[in-house]
Amino acid sequence: MIRSEILKEIAPILRDQLVVCNIGIPSQELHAIDDQPTNFYMLGTMGLASSIGLGLALTQPKTVIAIDGDGSVLTNLGTLPTIGNNAPDNFILMIVDNGSYGSTGDQPTYTGKKTDLAGMARAAGCDNVVEVQDVDTGAALQKAISEKKPTVMVVKCDSGNAKMPVITMDPVVIKDRFMKAVAAS
Amino acid sequence: MNIDKRIADDLVANGVSFVTTVPCKQLAGVIEEIDTRDDIFHIPSNKEDEGMGLCAGAHMGGQRPAIIMQNTALGVTINTLATLIQYYRMPLPMLISYRGELREPVACQVEMAVHTKALLAQLNIPTYHFHWQKDVEEFDNILKYTFMCNKPVAILTDANFWGGYGDQ
Repeated sequence: MIRSEILKEIAPILRDQLVVCNIGIPSQELHAIDDQPTNFYMLGTMGLASSIGLGLALTQPKTVIAIDGDGSVLTNLGTLPTIGNNAPDNFILMIVDNGSYGSTGDQPTYTGKKTDLAGMARAAGCDNVVEVQDVDTGAALQKAISEKKPTVMVVKCDSGNAKMPVITMDPVVIKDRFMKAVAAS
Repeated sequence: MNIDKRIADDLVANGVSFVTTVPCKQLAGVIEEIDTRDDIFHIPSNKEDEGMGLCAGAHMGGQRPAIIMQNTALGVTINTLATLIQYYRMPLPMLISYRGELREPVACQVEMAVHTKALLAQLNIPTYHFHWQKDVEEFDNILKYTFMCNKPVAILTDANFWGGYGDQ
């Protein structure tokens, strides 16, 4: 499976949660598959989905799922110790690890070679790290939500992108809509 | 006047409850002071752009964030300031130690000091420079201004403000 197929499959699960989605094609895919006010789309700033998600989880009680990529986590590796030492029970980091920089033409990342993101997360202090095959993502995500403990999921899948339109929504509208959804009871 | 306590007092009085830091020798006292405050959640970050991501999340979670960092790291935050904090209109007070200014003992620090105000000006970030201890009296107004306009705002604090280094 490629990332867009996974997102299609887990869309009904994501719909009820706060989602911070990674820059580029991942946000475009999620936006096209199931746009929700509870989705925060990153339009720039590669690498910070996990940090934004962690800040959000620490400041309000709802479950937060940060959808990140292997390339983006590699560009902000300092996030793993911060998550490992601070993540609250309502934080899930889902790293879609397709071994490539999808938005820039599928150039390979080091996770397709010797680098093991799950091992790095564990070494950084993340206690609950699960490695998941693409087809098992929905069940693993549902379990992580139900367990209510900080979880890092590393979802192994194929490299590739769906052709989706660029998000044209204004960033302030994305944020305003999202903040109202966060504050709603 | 204890400027560390004054800064922490002003943060609390303005409802700032989420502070991330990357340390600097000049900032050690204020970071220590923040750790004693029950009204502030302090989360150290490993890099300043990561810290700004945390602050963006805290803002959307309904809290008032702030970042405490050194000016030498401004370079690694340019993209984050432009495409996250400014693009999405987020308030972010940045209390920045202004290394490489008067009474600086380390020559290399001057190399980023000469670019600091130019970079902030290029980004149209409102910038204040604390040189005398009494300048801290402006901090409360700067915080109010930041959360009024939903922008990143820089407060540069040099060695003279912090009391210098020993005989320097």
